Amino acid sequence: MPESSTSISPDVGPDTRSDLSPDMHLEATSSTSAAATAEKATGVSLRAVTKKYGPVVAVQDISIDVAAGTYCCLLGPSGCGKTTTLRMIAGHEEITYGDVFIGGRRVNALPPVKRDTAMVFQSYALFPHKTVWDNVDFGLKMQRLDRQARRQRVGEILDIVGLSDFAQRKPDNLSGGQQQRVALARALVTRPQVLLLDEPLSALDETLRVRTRGELRRLQKQFGLTFIQVTHAQDEAFSLSDQIVVMGDGHVDQVGTPQRIFNRPASRFVANFMGDNNLFEGNVTQVEADGEVAIAQLEVPQLGKFTCQAEVAPDVGMEAAFCIRADRMQVTRRGELPEQTTNHLSARITAIEFTGYITRVALLAEATGQELLYKARTQDWLARDLQEGQVVELYWTTEAANFLSH
Amino acid sequence: MSKLKALRPYFLVAPQTIVLLIFLVLPIVLIGVVSFWEFNGYSMTPAFTLDNYRGVLTSSVTLDTYLNTFKYVVLVWAVCLAMAFPVAYFLSFCIDNPRLQVILFLICTIPFWTSNIIRMIAWIPVLGREGLVNQALTGLGLVETPVAWLLYSDFAVVVGLVYLYAFFMIAPIFNSLMRIDRRLITAAQDMGASGFQILKEVILPLAAPGISIGSIFVVTLVMGEFITVRLMGGGQSASVGKLINTQIGSLQYPLAAANAVVLLAVTLLLVVLILRTVDVRKEM
Repeated sequence: MPESSTSISPDVGPDTRSDLSPDMHLEATSSTSAAATAEKATGVSLRAVTKKYGPVVAVQDISIDVAAGTYCCLLGPSGCGKTTTLRMIAGHEEITYGDVFIGGRRVNALPPVKRDTAMVFQSYALFPHKTVWDNVDFGLKMQRLDRQARRQRVGEILDIVGLSDFAQRKPDNLSGGQQQRVALARALVTRPQVLLLDEPLSALDETLRVRTRGELRRLQKQFGLTFIQVTHAQDEAFSLSDQIVVMGDGHVDQVGTPQRIFNRPASRFVANFMGDNNLFEGNVTQVEADGEVAIAQLEVPQLGKFTCQAEVAPDVGMEAAFCIRADRMQVTRRGELPEQTTNHLSARITAIEFTGYITRVALLAEATGQELLYKARTQDWLARDLQEGQVVELYWTTEAANFLSH
Repeated sequence: MSKLKALRPYFLVAPQTIVLLIFLVLPIVLIGVVSFWEFNGYSMTPAFTLDNYRGVLTSSVTLDTYLNTFKYVVLVWAVCLAMAFPVAYFLSFCIDNPRLQVILFLICTIPFWTSNIIRMIAWIPVLGREGLVNQALTGLGLVETPVAWLLYSDFAVVVGLVYLYAFFMIAPIFNSLMRIDRRLITAAQDMGASGFQILKEVILPLAAPGISIGSIFVVTLVMGEFITVRLMGGGQSASVGKLINTQIGSLQYPLAAANAVVLLAVTLLLVVLILRTVDVRKEM
């Protein structure tokens, strides 16, 4: 489920909002705008795409479908091949094997400008010797549009990103956030169907990043375009995307909505990359298919048997793992465990870290020496009155635990 | 004590300052002073006369010499630029391996491993009447008689000067090309710029400071040239530097000094003109 755009608005400070044209707010708050323009937008498909640099495989056999008008994030750690993938879609990197389709058209052999895409580069790659106006005008000038049309379109787009007053400045004389908006305007002015963004927020400070997230999402809805963004920050991917493609080590690990990726990571890699997950390795001892989902029981050496939810019923006897998120566990004193708790283990509190709204608690499962993490609202944690060094019981529901097949 | 401490950083630049004062500023001041002295054909006497400048500025020889020098400046500058830009472009854009880049760049400096005069003299067996080029041309039957204008001609002067100074153009252009963010090229391609458009819209404007610094080097060096002009031009070719040199040879110091001051002024004017066209501060 895509987030409602109205929920992003409070993130945007009053000073940026005043830059934006009034009709932009109208568009942004109308939830139907994306649907209305979706027909116009173009989807992107990758089919078994591989990129090799000599013997080194940067991207291995990936297939992704990004529906028209969606905001898709390629999420992964650095060196996972996400930028290479983006560059192959843009046409800045040759595809070793496989096909890229944009709007149903195979574009492997087409130059970037013929692909209906435009790219926003990491740290923007604005022309330092050209003014904001000339930077934005560049693409139109290269396409030999007539002067009148160019002036109108550049003026329009600068208005939309709120930079009309800065048209004659050079990029060096702009703030990071303004440079970022010039880069966006420069990419949007050629009216691409697909906007490709390479870490567009990484050069901004935290406050500005949160604010710009809202702006990106709003622009995407306003123009009804397909956005494909590369990022290594999961909060960015979560807040922006309709669809997240988690990549690791050159291949796709999981594709899904932000909620799905967060709640049901498909692999150990995704669970670890999302962070704040406790992983347990074990053997499947029992499987119960229960309608849509399966319940798997795993035996974890020295800790006992635990049950978790699985998408697909695994085979009994296979080696596998499950994860439980730090915030989905409960904690209680020894001997105060509620009855009929299927999943529990005892652990010693090793450190308590207050981070504000949330308190993070590091624990050690004494039977195995495994480090664990528990997170709770600070208010709830304080009510428990637990101290460092104390041995406590952690427990959780079957539904909160997630089976990992690989 | 604290006063001494405050002066301490200036000790760092003191040696260089002293060298410049003694070997640059003082001689120039002396030349300026001598340029106003009187000269009667045998001896010079301290005075304040504008006769020397009158002589320099009214003589038709001066104008002809300057025109000829400008001709060398323009030709050498144009040939250097035409040669240096592709070389610098090749080094910075076509060679990906930084190690190879350094090696190739050093190869460009090889001519500087020996003295200018020896390098100039080395041209004589190449370009001379019985030289390598002429032998090859006659041997191949391309010409009947040896080509005379290869040596002791304006052509030879330009060849010699280009050979001497091309590197002063290559180095600054290479430097500014190396500073161009390669993503700018990708960005320009992304927006549909052709190779020529990228050169015109992105690379050349960003290389302009390097081109202008290289131009300053070449222009100032050629403006003051006399050895190359004398060795390669034989007796026929004239340049302001050679004129001054000849005047010094005949002990006409005040006249030579006045000529030198005018040359300095003209050269500085050219530098100012170049700096006016391009903002080189970014290269500093």
